[in-house]
Amino acid sequence: MELFLDAVIWLFSAEQYQGEGSIPQRTLEHLLYTLSATFIAAVIAVPIGYFIGHTGRGGTWVVGITGAARALPSFGLILLLVLILGVSERVTASLVALVLLGIPPLMAGAYSGMHQIPRATIDAARAQGMTEWQIIWTVEIPLSLPLLLGGLRGAVLQIVATATLVAYVGLGGLGYDIIQGIPLRRFDQTMGAALVIVVVALTLDVLLAAATRWVTPRGVHRGRLADVRARESISRAAPVATAAASPEEEITQQRNTSS
Amino acid sequence: MTRKRMTGLAGLTLTAGLVLSGCAAGGASDEPIVVGSQAYYSNEIIAEIYAQALEGAGFEVERQFQIGQRDAYLPELESGAVDLFPEYTGNLLQYYAPDTMATQADEVYAELATALPEGLTALDMSPATDQDSYNVTAEFASANGLVSIADLADVDGLILGGNPELEERPYGPQGLLETYGVTVAFDATGDITVDALLEGVINVANVYSGDPRIADFGLVTLADPEGLFLASNVVPIASSDVADALAEVINPISAALTPEGLVALNLQSTKDQMSAAEIATEWLAANGF
Repeated sequence: MELFLDAVIWLFSAEQYQGEGSIPQRTLEHLLYTLSATFIAAVIAVPIGYFIGHTGRGGTWVVGITGAARALPSFGLILLLVLILGVSERVTASLVALVLLGIPPLMAGAYSGMHQIPRATIDAARAQGMTEWQIIWTVEIPLSLPLLLGGLRGAVLQIVATATLVAYVGLGGLGYDIIQGIPLRRFDQTMGAALVIVVVALTLDVLLAAATRWVTPRGVHRGRLADVRARESISRAAPVATAAASPEEEITQQRNTSS
Repeated sequence: MTRKRMTGLAGLTLTAGLVLSGCAAGGASDEPIVVGSQAYYSNEIIAEIYAQALEGAGFEVERQFQIGQRDAYLPELESGAVDLFPEYTGNLLQYYAPDTMATQADEVYAELATALPEGLTALDMSPATDQDSYNVTAEFASANGLVSIADLADVDGLILGGNPELEERPYGPQGLLETYGVTVAFDATGDITVDALLEGVINVANVYSGDPRIADFGLVTLADPEGLFLASNVVPIASSDVADALAEVINPISAALTPEGLVALNLQSTKDQMSAAEIATEWLAANGF
């Protein structure tokens, strides 16, 4: 508890807010690595996930990659990539490691987002005379957004936590204060920086949760009014294969299988 | 540079195990001597030498190697759960007396003897050192005529690389400026410090003097005439109640371990990939123990 107080005092002392290595600067660095890695991961993972979700081909592929990628040790990967690419390319190396971390949840989100759309909905769209592209843009993508954003939340959370490690190769971020504080026995600094990371992670998560709600199409919203937990217990009690699983259930299922 | 990282990582996981085993080990004389080591390969080799020498002298020995960093193992040493631990005079003194002004080997050793908490005794220190040192590449040294740290004062645009904590250490950028009038920018290159130096990302690297890569890559260690760095000699730290018994076996070993000898031991680990046990057995035989 005393450590916690020390950390809060450290957090609010004026010297942490000026000059080289200030908290705002470290936070900005941390956010920059997080956001750029997430963006690159999304550019790579979402089209692949959509392709698989739309065509229905390679679903097992995604599951395999997602599972395998979880076993990648990020710290080792960063050091390995820095040694392979060279110290002068350490920013690229660290970003690659963070991007690899973000791809699995994003790809799974995009894939399952499309996969969970009831076939009847898509067939109806096709029966209206929509082209494949129209189906993708006006039916599948909007309906898949809630799950895609679920994947994005997972990716951001993992990346923002792991971005702490880039300090080990001299790239700063909030991890710097942590790994500097331990050998110096400045535990207020270590704890303080850890708290800032927690706040940053929670803030990003809350923002994305709000965004998820905002992008969810009205029709899906309406379907969501029922209590998810109640529904889940019903579906468990009567395990009838319903074609129209709700996105929430898909998320819980996905979370359950992945954790 | 791996010491700090490995200790940091291993610290958390190993503390728990150590605390548990510590419950079983007491300080009584008929119990085995518990030898500990840091999670630093070079430290483990020295600990293994101690352990094998004690076994040779008829002691029963229990090994508690790869215990993380000082915050993890010093409490165990102080409580008597661990009886013998290879340490480094300067770094250990800095832990117990952060504001120490001592820099020369004898001063540091004398101050350490008083700074150690009750129950701990420093046995004779060894001439072998494993301490912070500033290194440059051979090309950079000859291009700028560098022999001592003081020569850096005439070089512009210097970037110093090392572990993140170096930024705040008394011998870090601030100390360089105050003691030698050398201005440097700092890059927290950590584990990749030597690689960064060889690639030219930094020009001055903080490397432990026992690191075989200094010789491997032909790095030039800059002399430190003003005593910026704390001397850090290998020193066995023992529980006071068994210190006298251990000193008979361990002090001759400390005397026989030279700075070059330590680098050679490290090289057998990093280059020849030999285990600490093999290296220790070979060294003890070669030195007539």
